[in-house]
Amino acid sequence: MSTPKLLRFCVFLLAGIGMTTAGADNGFGTPATEEDIERVYLSIFPDGENLPDGSGTADEGKAVYEMYCTVCHGADGEGTLADKLVGGRGTLDSDSPDKTVGSYWPYATTVFNYIRRSMPYTAPMSLTNEEYYAITAFVLHKNDIISADKVLDRNSLPDVSMPNRDGFVNAYPDIPPEYDYMH
Amino acid sequence: MANDAQDLPRVAGNGLLDRRLFMRTLALGAVGTATAGVSLADPVSKGQPEWMLAPGATTEDYGTPSHYEMARTRRWTVPPAGQTATGRSIVAFTPHHQLHGTLTPNGLHFEVNHHGIPDIDPDQHELIIHGMVRQPIKFNVAALANYPTETHNYFLECSGNSGRLWADKPTPANLDITHGLLSGSEWTGVPLATLLDEAGLQPGAKWIIAEGADSGSVSRSVPMDKAMGDAMIALYQNGERLRPGQGYPMRLFNPGFEGNTSIKWVRSIRVTDRPAMTRFETRTYTDLMPDGKALQFSLGMDVKSVITRPSNSTVLPKKGVYEVTGIAWSGNGRITRVEVSADGGVTWADAALQGPVLPIMLTRFRIPWQWDGGPAVLQSRAYDEAGRIQPSRADLIAARGTHGNYHFNGIHSWGVGEDGGIAHVYA
Repeated sequence: MSTPKLLRFCVFLLAGIGMTTAGADNGFGTPATEEDIERVYLSIFPDGENLPDGSGTADEGKAVYEMYCTVCHGADGEGTLADKLVGGRGTLDSDSPDKTVGSYWPYATTVFNYIRRSMPYTAPMSLTNEEYYAITAFVLHKNDIISADKVLDRNSLPDVSMPNRDGFVNAYPDIPPEYDYMH
Repeated sequence: MANDAQDLPRVAGNGLLDRRLFMRTLALGAVGTATAGVSLADPVSKGQPEWMLAPGATTEDYGTPSHYEMARTRRWTVPPAGQTATGRSIVAFTPHHQLHGTLTPNGLHFEVNHHGIPDIDPDQHELIIHGMVRQPIKFNVAALANYPTETHNYFLECSGNSGRLWADKPTPANLDITHGLLSGSEWTGVPLATLLDEAGLQPGAKWIIAEGADSGSVSRSVPMDKAMGDAMIALYQNGERLRPGQGYPMRLFNPGFEGNTSIKWVRSIRVTDRPAMTRFETRTYTDLMPDGKALQFSLGMDVKSVITRPSNSTVLPKKGVYEVTGIAWSGNGRITRVEVSADGGVTWADAALQGPVLPIMLTRFRIPWQWDGGPAVLQSRAYDEAGRIQPSRADLIAARGTHGNYHFNGIHSWGVGEDGGIAHVYA
């Protein structure tokens, strides 16, 4: 047996003894606990996976939005220091496309998830899940996507129909030929 | 000097010369040095520069550039003061018109920090791999230091680089603003595949969702073929630990992919069977096409090049032979050829490529050019080993319109005037 092979064999034997540690034979990772995973698992999927408990309506969200969001996004989501959130429907193929939550964002779960993980900009994650559901409802209502009293929660949010849901074309691994300058 | 170059062999229109010419015949003549007259009564130091007449400074614990260079070779940063507390990007651009070579100094590497730069204690930071794995595992910096490392030279480019060139009119901006969301470095880290193998992928695992420890927990979905391919958890850049603006203490690095996918300050990798459709892969970094549809997961950075010298930050002082040089790169692999035109794309000549030409890395090109004092339009066109060819701006726009925002890789044009002045033009 050559020296490198012998070394590998020894490592294999040692790793076999230490199988109570995680993963592959020669790894240095340690097992992640449920608490570890819960802390970092912020992703929320379009089908609603990982949405939290709680609920909110646009009526409830109006005051929360005014307190935390208006300063950068404007009272009606018109955008001031930060992005415009409302309007722009029907402009994506025009000379002046206007990309907002209402005109462009394809999934309501993404709206909720982004607000929940990163807003308010100077104090992310500082509100309750109820408040994040309510703000999301307010922004969607301002875009005429849901009614003012529609209750958003882990069951209803994935079913919200976003106007630009079918507006995206997968470009991985290759740009579709109709958009490729080499075709 | 090269003033008598009228008979030099031209290889393309408007004065482009053979790429080997500088090596062969154009060695610049030595400039005669005048010896100052020193009389018997003078100290020998008479006429010598003052910095030679006393011992110089002591060494620094961490070296810095000349203070003269610190004052003029700098990144261009946005937004203006007072806007940093908003949701706008916080961005710094590499000044390619002031740099040479292919490696970007760490202090001049570009940055886009959507939610600012976190001040992370490396002893408290952990990367957790979870989801569709046999055993969820976590790593701190010390644990990762035990693994074999890989080192590669890679460029990193934001897909928003050159976004200004979609606009109807040429821009007076310098190369930092038009091409400065691009840099090249030597990156060292642990292959992500090593860590994913250790966690053990479950059948059906097709994506990872990577998330940073910044205040926006910026997050991207990355296809498994990249995650198990050349992706790495980078710990070092150009030999030193990552700078805070590059993800200290650890970042995901996806070679050849748009920069935003190389999640900085990475703390979570969720293995899944589908993308999460995060904000940055829906609202941002999707490319709106003329029909109102948007390209999503347009992750690869296509073949591209730009002339960095001369540029609009300089003026040609007189007629004569100049080096035209620039950088070319492709997320698809190696650059195989760069052509240069001095007549706005009517004729082209091959530039010399500086070796070694590395895959997914900046490649410097050079060609001598005899400027006769007349108008000229300088362009470069890059080819890569995947067979991709950098398009004209017109061809790019014909395919994708002008509202895509991202992934502009069209040919760039410098217009040279009779006064030697240089400006960005569309040609």
